[in-house]
Amino acid sequence: MRKILTLLRTYWRTLSRPAVHLSLGTLTVGGFLAGIVFWGGFNTALEATNTETFCIGCHEMRDNVYAELQTTVHFTNPSGVRATCPDCHVPHDWTDKIARKMQASKEVWGTIFGTIDTRDEFLEERLRLAKHEWYRLKTNDSLECRNCHSEESMDFTRQSRRAADAHQSLLVPGEKTCIDCHKGIAHELPDMSGVEGWQ
Amino acid sequence: MLRILAAAALILAGLTSVALTQETRPPEVAGLRGTAPLADNSDSPRMPRVEDGAMRRVRNYPEQPPTIPHHIDGYQVDRNANQCLSCHARARTGESGAPMVSITHFMDREGQFLATVSPRRYFCNQCHVPQVDARPPVENDFVDIDSLINPTGRQ
Repeated sequence: MRKILTLLRTYWRTLSRPAVHLSLGTLTVGGFLAGIVFWGGFNTALEATNTETFCIGCHEMRDNVYAELQTTVHFTNPSGVRATCPDCHVPHDWTDKIARKMQASKEVWGTIFGTIDTRDEFLEERLRLAKHEWYRLKTNDSLECRNCHSEESMDFTRQSRRAADAHQSLLVPGEKTCIDCHKGIAHELPDMSGVEGWQ
Repeated sequence: MLRILAAAALILAGLTSVALTQETRPPEVAGLRGTAPLADNSDSPRMPRVEDGAMRRVRNYPEQPPTIPHHIDGYQVDRNANQCLSCHARARTGESGAPMVSITHFMDREGQFLATVSPRRYFCNQCHVPQVDARPPVENDFVDIDSLINPTGRQ
């Protein structure tokens, strides 16, 4: 204990005293350059882990959720615009994004220790995992949906009457948010008994 | 003997040539699969549009399961979830405005009414289907029972 304390004290002494051998110029310019390298590296790593190729690098994602996505309208559709994993599952705002990234470190733990190794293990966890995402989208008013599907830009006259009625009476007054009705649009649903609005 | 054989050979040759010319002649009647040769695939027809947001269709006979007047792409109906029931279930109709599942669907095979949709009526698509604007490949001369009972159109 004492050894550690003396070590810390030595470090503190070095850090708190002005540099003897290095010029102020070296320190400022060097610090600036190092800052660019570190911040750039951090951002690059952040971007790299925010791609679909990274997400489906793990078999849990590739064989389960990604395989299911491929049959849905968010993967193939007439206009050819598609959503990738981070479009819906990673918030765009910096603080929210970092918060989600920190939560997602649990997924790295999971893949290293094989929490979900088989389809059956995934199906057992599916309701819990789905509930996390429903909760997240419910509390942020379906922000990730709205990044593409803007309520202001919806032309109700071009929607089917059924859709237009529902959107005008529930979405516009703010009574419901996207995820309340549109569950299971990109992945299969877990056992929905007990979930609000389902039988 | 030789002469008979030669005659038989000639007749056989004639017959096969007739058969060959018949075979190579282009088919005059195209079946449902089109005019493509048997070994080839015919061109697939365009996928027709699903009728969406249309009014309810009149049933052609009283027992007909009503058609679905909207598209149901990607609707999940399995042991986990029934997306049809998320609007058409009794408790959901208030919010959705959708017609309720008929009370006959609550009956089990012994005729007992259950509190909810009977498991044997759970898979909606077994009877109810959406409609597409396809041209029927075969003409349909179905006659409505009303016009049979009342051919002159009197009410």
